[in-house]
Amino acid sequence: MIELLNIFIKSAFIENMALAYFLGMCSYLAVSKSVKTAFGLGLAVIFVLGITIPINWLINEYLLKETGMFGIDLTFLRFILFIAVIASMVQLVEMVVEKASPSLYNSLGIFLPLITVNCAILGGSLFMISKEYNFAQSFAFGIGSGFGWFLAIIAIAAIREKIRYSDVPAPLRGLGIAFLITGLMGMAFMGLMGIDPASITGH
Amino acid sequence: MVKEKTEIFGKKERALISDPLDGNNPITVQVLGICSALAVTTLLAKAVVMAVAVTLVVALSNFFTSLLRNAIPSQVRMIVQLIIIAFLVTVVELGLKAVNYPIYKELSVFIGLIITNCIVMGRLEAFAMANTPWKSFLDGIGNGLGYGLILVIIAFFRELLGKGTLFNYKIIGKTSEFLIDTTNSTLFGWYEPNNLMVLFPSAMFVIGIIVWVHRSWNKDLVDVS
Repeated sequence: MIELLNIFIKSAFIENMALAYFLGMCSYLAVSKSVKTAFGLGLAVIFVLGITIPINWLINEYLLKETGMFGIDLTFLRFILFIAVIASMVQLVEMVVEKASPSLYNSLGIFLPLITVNCAILGGSLFMISKEYNFAQSFAFGIGSGFGWFLAIIAIAAIREKIRYSDVPAPLRGLGIAFLITGLMGMAFMGLMGIDPASITGH
Repeated sequence: MVKEKTEIFGKKERALISDPLDGNNPITVQVLGICSALAVTTLLAKAVVMAVAVTLVVALSNFFTSLLRNAIPSQVRMIVQLIIIAFLVTVVELGLKAVNYPIYKELSVFIGLIITNCIVMGRLEAFAMANTPWKSFLDGIGNGLGYGLILVIIAFFRELLGKGTLFNYKIIGKTSEFLIDTTNSTLFGWYEPNNLMVLFPSAMFVIGIIVWVHRSWNKDLVDVS
C-alpha cells in the first residue's frame, strides 16, 4: 500500500507530467485562461488517465507481449491499439458521464473529446511500459500523474488570471508570457527532482 | 458535370504553404504541437529529423483523411482519424529505425507521440475534413514546414548555447577537437556552455522569446484581450 502511495506521490510531484516532462502542453496552454475551465479539464484528465493506463497495461500484457495470448511479439501494434483504446475510452467516458451526471458533463463539456489528443495520456501509457509497472502500480501511476497535471494546470490558470492586471509588454501578452511562466514553474519543479519518496517513508 | 476552374499551383495554393510560416504558424500562433517542440530540440539534428517526420505525417494524413472525408461517419471520426495517423506514424517509425538507428534511439517515445501531436489532429479537423485532397496535402506540407522552422530556430539556440555545438560540431567554447584550436582564441574560447539550455525549461523561454519577437514584428497577432 505504501509502495503505491510512493508511486502516486512520485508521479504527481516529482515526475510531474506537465512541469517535468512538459507533456500535454497544447491543452495546458490553450485551456488555462480561467481557473474554472482548467478545473474541468484537469478532472477529466485524472479520470481518463486513471482508466486508460490500467487498460493499456492489460492489453500490453495479455495481447501484445510474446508471453501473451497469441504467443508472438506484437509490440509494433502498440501505438495503434493504445490510441484506439484511448479514443474509445474517451468516447465511452463521455457517454457514461452524460448519462450518470449531467451536471459534471456540462461542466466538462468540450474538454472530454479534447483529451484524446492530449499527449500526456498516450505518454502516460508509454511511460507505464518503460517503467515496467504491474497492474496496481500502473493504476496508482495513472491517478498520480493525472493529479499532477491537474495541479499544474490550476496553478498556471491562477497565475494567468492575476497577470492580466500586470503591465506586460503588448507583444508578450497572452501566449508569450504563459510560455515564460511555464518555464519558470518548470525550473521550480526541477528542485523536486531526485527526491525519492521511498527513502523518506523507509520502504 | 460542373467544371470548376482548379489551378494546380495558383495563388491560393501558394498561400496554403506560406501562411503557416508566418501569420498562421502552428506553434507560435495556433499553439499546436508544443510538447514535441520542447523535447526534441536539444540537438539540431534531432529537430531536423522530427520536422521531416511530422511534415510527412501531416501531409499524408491530411491527404488520406480528405479522400475519405465523405465516407467517415461523424460519430466515429476521431477514431478513424487516429487510426490513419497511427498507421502513418508506425510507417515513419519503422522507416527511421531502418535508415538511421542512432537518431531513432534518441527520439524514442517522441516519434510515437506524433500521433497525439495536436498539429496533425488539429489540421485534420480544421482543414482536411472540409477541403479537397490536393489542397489538404499542401496545407499539411505548409504546416509541417512552419512547425519545422520554429523547431530548427529553437534547436539552433539550445544546441549552440547549451553545448557550444551545431550538428555536433564544436562552434564556441574551449576545444581542440575541431578544425581550429580555440583553447586560447579570444573570439570563440570565452564561452562556457550553459547546461540550463539543455534542460526543458529553457525551451519554454526560447519559445516565449520567439513569440515576443514574432509578435512585435507582426502586429496583427498581438493579444488584445
